[in-house]
Amino acid sequence: MLERLPDLVNADANLVRRGRFVTTTFLIGIDDADYLIRIAEGRVTAMKPGPFITPDYSFALRASREAWEKFWQPLPPLGFTDIFALVKNRLMRIEGDLHPFMANLLYFKDVLASLRQEASR
Amino acid sequence: MSPRFEPILGRYLNLDLFGKPHRLYLEEAGSGIPLLCLHTAGSDARQFRGLLNDARVTANYRVIAFDMPWHGKSSPPAGWQDEEYKLTSRDYVRMIVDVAAALELDKPVAMGCSIGGRIVLHLANEHPETFRALIGLESAAHVAPYYDVGWLDRPDVNGGPVCAGVVSGLIAPTAPAAERWETLWHYMQGGPGVFKGDLHFYMVDGDIRGRVDTIDIRRCPLFLLTGEYDYSCTAEGTLDVARRTGAEAVIMQGLGHFPMSEDPRRFVSYLLPVLEKIRKL
Repeated sequence: MLERLPDLVNADANLVRRGRFVTTTFLIGIDDADYLIRIAEGRVTAMKPGPFITPDYSFALRASREAWEKFWQPLPPLGFTDIFALVKNRLMRIEGDLHPFMANLLYFKDVLASLRQEASR
Repeated sequence: MSPRFEPILGRYLNLDLFGKPHRLYLEEAGSGIPLLCLHTAGSDARQFRGLLNDARVTANYRVIAFDMPWHGKSSPPAGWQDEEYKLTSRDYVRMIVDVAAALELDKPVAMGCSIGGRIVLHLANEHPETFRALIGLESAAHVAPYYDVGWLDRPDVNGGPVCAGVVSGLIAPTAPAAERWETLWHYMQGGPGVFKGDLHFYMVDGDIRGRVDTIDIRRCPLFLLTGEYDYSCTAEGTLDVARRTGAEAVIMQGLGHFPMSEDPRRFVSYLLPVLEKIRKL
């Protein structure tokens, strides 16, 4: 599901500019599958699938595959248009050190939403 | 585009609120029944620009939108540096009633969105005789916190973008980009701690679940309009108020938490039938 993420983010010069102060590793959990995503100055520099024994990351976003699939539709259904909608409805957990996430909230929202682009683009 | 003026006029109103002199900025357009507009938490009256510029609305209504103290061009009162801003139900009700009186409005309609949608429920209970009708946009009796509002006001997080970030997903995904980003710009411009202070009313002090049943819509008609994409004040929350009060409620397709601001054209198509009904009351 996530394979296209690095290319989509790195191809978006404005998104990279907005994230120029972001250097961190965060975790996306899809059901029981974990992925570590390394960001350096707004660019995705590595994405590693688990399983991990001692994953080292700042914050994690965890949801079911079903929830992520709906969230990543080009026009998501009601209740799946935003990660806070998922959090409010107890379909997603955001945990860990939230500072890099909240301090760059619009950036991370758009990083995640980049996967909504049609594959053909 | 050739230069042109909009029909909106902006002025400053000097009045006492909560025992202190205030200087409130307000904008108005149109003539007829006064329609007093109340903006959302952490934003300002620019949200109503689409309405103020819509001749279908201003033909029969004098639309007035004011920036609450601490918001937009209404600076906080002198001495603000020595207090923490926290909006309460009591002050919010008092402010609206006092502004309407200062403007000598004759039985105005009050229309508010989000915190404004909540306060019209308080007005329905406490001041039904003052208003011709009340319109609640994104109106629910209570919204429980679903994130830590402490992030909105701390020195190691830039307050503008984080305030916009926590509300960005409340806008319908189909909203026009220009209006979506202007709505977020207003949030980015709020003073430090002001959005958080408004949310004290929205998530704590303004809880009216225990008093919805005492609203009597025969004393003051109540209309509720809520965008389907709003996950903060949900359609279910609005329909619950409608069921308990008998108020008319419409769930607006293709709109979110900021209908008048995120997609004014679409919103007005839902508002006009309500304004027509109020004209015939």
